[in-house]
Amino acid sequence: MTSTAIFLSLILLALVAFALTRQKALVSAGGDPAKLHSLPRHYGYFASACVILPGLLAFSIWLIFGKSIIEGLILAGLPENVYQEGVDNAALVLNRIRLAIENTVAVEKDPDILAAAQRFNDLYIKGLWATFALSISFGLVGLYLAANRTQPDFRARNKFERILLIALAISSVLAVATTLGIVGSLLFESLRFFQEVSLVEFVFGLHWSPQTALRADQVASAGAFGAVPLFAGTLLISLIAMSVAGPIGLLAAIYLTQYASVRMRKVAKPVLEILAGVPTVVYGFFAALTVAPMFRDMGIVLGLDIASESALAAGLVMGIMIIPFVSSLSDDAITAVPKSLKDGSLALGATPSETIKQVVLPAALPGIVGAFLLAVSRAVGETMIVVMAAGMQPKLTANPLEAVTTVTVQIVALLTGDQEFDSAKTLSAFALGLALFVSTMALNVVALKIVRKYREVYD
Amino acid sequence: MSKETTEFKPTDWQSPEMKARIKRRYRKEKSFRVMGFTAVIIAALFLVTLLGKISSDGIYGFFQTSIDLDVPFSEAVIGNPRDMDADAFEQQVMRTNMLRLINDALVKEFPEVKSRRDRRELIRMVSSGARAQLRDMLLADPSIVGTTQRVRLLASDDIDQVRKGKINPEEAEANRKVKDRELAWYNKLVEEDRISLNFHTAFLTHGDSRDPEMAGIWGATVGSALTLVVTLAIAFPIGVLAAIYLEEFAPKNRLTDLIEVNINNLAAVPSIVFGLLGLAVFLGVMHLPRSAPLVGGLTLALMTLPTIIIASRASIKAVPPSIRDAARGLGASPMQVVFHHVVPLAMPGILTGTIIGMAQALGETAPLLMIGMVAFIVDIPGGVTDAATALPVQIFLWADSPERAFVEKTSAAIMVLLFFLIMMNGLAIWLRQKFERQW
Repeated sequence: MTSTAIFLSLILLALVAFALTRQKALVSAGGDPAKLHSLPRHYGYFASACVILPGLLAFSIWLIFGKSIIEGLILAGLPENVYQEGVDNAALVLNRIRLAIENTVAVEKDPDILAAAQRFNDLYIKGLWATFALSISFGLVGLYLAANRTQPDFRARNKFERILLIALAISSVLAVATTLGIVGSLLFESLRFFQEVSLVEFVFGLHWSPQTALRADQVASAGAFGAVPLFAGTLLISLIAMSVAGPIGLLAAIYLTQYASVRMRKVAKPVLEILAGVPTVVYGFFAALTVAPMFRDMGIVLGLDIASESALAAGLVMGIMIIPFVSSLSDDAITAVPKSLKDGSLALGATPSETIKQVVLPAALPGIVGAFLLAVSRAVGETMIVVMAAGMQPKLTANPLEAVTTVTVQIVALLTGDQEFDSAKTLSAFALGLALFVSTMALNVVALKIVRKYREVYD
Repeated sequence: MSKETTEFKPTDWQSPEMKARIKRRYRKEKSFRVMGFTAVIIAALFLVTLLGKISSDGIYGFFQTSIDLDVPFSEAVIGNPRDMDADAFEQQVMRTNMLRLINDALVKEFPEVKSRRDRRELIRMVSSGARAQLRDMLLADPSIVGTTQRVRLLASDDIDQVRKGKINPEEAEANRKVKDRELAWYNKLVEEDRISLNFHTAFLTHGDSRDPEMAGIWGATVGSALTLVVTLAIAFPIGVLAAIYLEEFAPKNRLTDLIEVNINNLAAVPSIVFGLLGLAVFLGVMHLPRSAPLVGGLTLALMTLPTIIIASRASIKAVPPSIRDAARGLGASPMQVVFHHVVPLAMPGILTGTIIGMAQALGETAPLLMIGMVAFIVDIPGGVTDAATALPVQIFLWADSPERAFVEKTSAAIMVLLFFLIMMNGLAIWLRQKFERQW
């Protein structure tokens, strides 16, 4: 018995329910569909929904909580002597049990653990069967109720549409649930982190070295989790990126909307779209293997000491990546300026460039500022380019030729590879994630506010 | 008032300073225009450099150097298939160290190389994958035992780099990986026309490997496909249903406003945050298997959901109200109006949005790193719960490898990824153009 089998048998039962009630509806009307309130298939749909919804409910409860419940049972049932080093060991013991289950080759020697693994397997299979029995019986009850109500005057279509409407509403609520999930999980893990490391230290500390905190004698030693160097590095790289993408993106948008011929637009727009569609891992590869060595060699020629993972290389390539972002959003803002303003200015004798600088751009300014802020939020949250091309040293510097590290780089570094879920080291990644989420969210909200508040209403 | 008019001096457009001023203004106009043009050109140049660099490196990744050797399949080493049944022979082949065959072939080719150390160096010119190659040959056709066959064996990545001109023989010996002696052997093989550069199908059909010449992208491609299937299966229905609700049924109140703002904001959340969510919820709470396409697909589904909802809403909104009114007038219920008329008409737009969302998901790396799809996995994944990796993650992993030969493999993998992305976007554009209609 597997989860897939349970799911498939539910589907099968729903199909059976559809066929049965459809037939029953026809029979109840003496074979004349015109005597029924709804079409025969609506009775079928209704019965299928009655079968599958309660069944799925039982099934999804198992999917989400099943393993946690079993693990709780196992841990409660373990003899005391397994925990030799206090309560913190629970996760470790669980891991050993999990390994003992998965490994065909017996590495585990402790009989208690082996017994627990055996028990886990038993319970898991029992749980699967219980879920199977529960969801099928829920389904059968649903089928019985639906079949009972299959009468010619039963408003099957309305009932079914009611269920469908609820399903639609639930789907749209799921999108909100994602946000709640993000906020909830980030907050929950961050709170656990801030129980060990003070918030003040995290926000204002100047020293970041989570690795040292792994050693027992140094747990969260003073200043180990000061995130300021990471924030500074993120800011530096975003700044470099914006100083590339800002002017190029804006000028490209101005040229394409104001000067370019239709043919030029037809060529240039797809070019920018392709630039936007290239995966960030490709940019990262390009930055790490082409741009960074190029800068380093240039530095040698010029007598400058440029780090092989300089902020400049990562920032430049990130700038290339967000050019299309800036240009397409600025493009929208500029085209939204009514032509009459422009024509008025031109009629007074201003040259096109004077018109653009003194009339069009001021009118489009809120939109452009919004575009820049959204681009900054993009740059702050960008991961792969900096992971591949920026360094790992948390250095507090404003020199773009040195290697710096960013929030996203550290999240990836902390969470890839072997990890235990409870150490301050891994939890700090969630605190960084929370900082990232809050700052990008704030940038977005401010950007949208600016666009809304200062947008001039023409026409 | 009359005083003012008499004092007003009309601008003398012919005066030298006015002429200079106009000239200056026109110069400014021109330079501004040139600046704008340069910005577009710079953006285009970046793209050309990026794609040019990747494809000029990557094209080599699809080719691999081979060495033609006369391999004596001697009965003394393998045993005689006529003396045993098929199973015993198979076991015998599995047990035999194929390096001995390669060694014999090389001894025949280079009789002057005598010492053990030199022999070992010599044998390193052939890829470690050559052993599997010989084994497969023997299993496929046992009758070759006792004969000497000319076999096209894969060369090691270093020899491959020499053949492709990536290692400069002019450079000082200490600075290059391939030493003078190996180069001499290589040159001898070249003179005898035993070195060839062939299209490397293994790159497209193999899983990952530590040896660049054996590494392939099939495992990552299957992993990406499985992940996308999960993403599509979850994000498409939920996204479309949510869009239908918000556009057609939702009452206009604070709650639906909140949902709308929420979806728009969600589209701008950094992808790595979705990875953290996946790690905390799918792995931490639900204990789904690590590194599995199932978890990757779920995470990416949450990420693409806003894209699909926004595109679907726009597409549903574009269906004119007259269609709805006509259907209502003929007695259709609101649900029937939506599902029989509005959604089919909006479907091209919805599909376009979905494909674009899927293309985004295909190129996404960061969330997959968070949920552990970053392991070294040789096997081709068989289902959504097997450990797997994805194409962009494979690129990330190879980009980190120290071997020089992985640079071209990485570029080649990027070319494959870009090919898929171009196909998907092309499909989206085709759909939009074919089914776009003016109401």
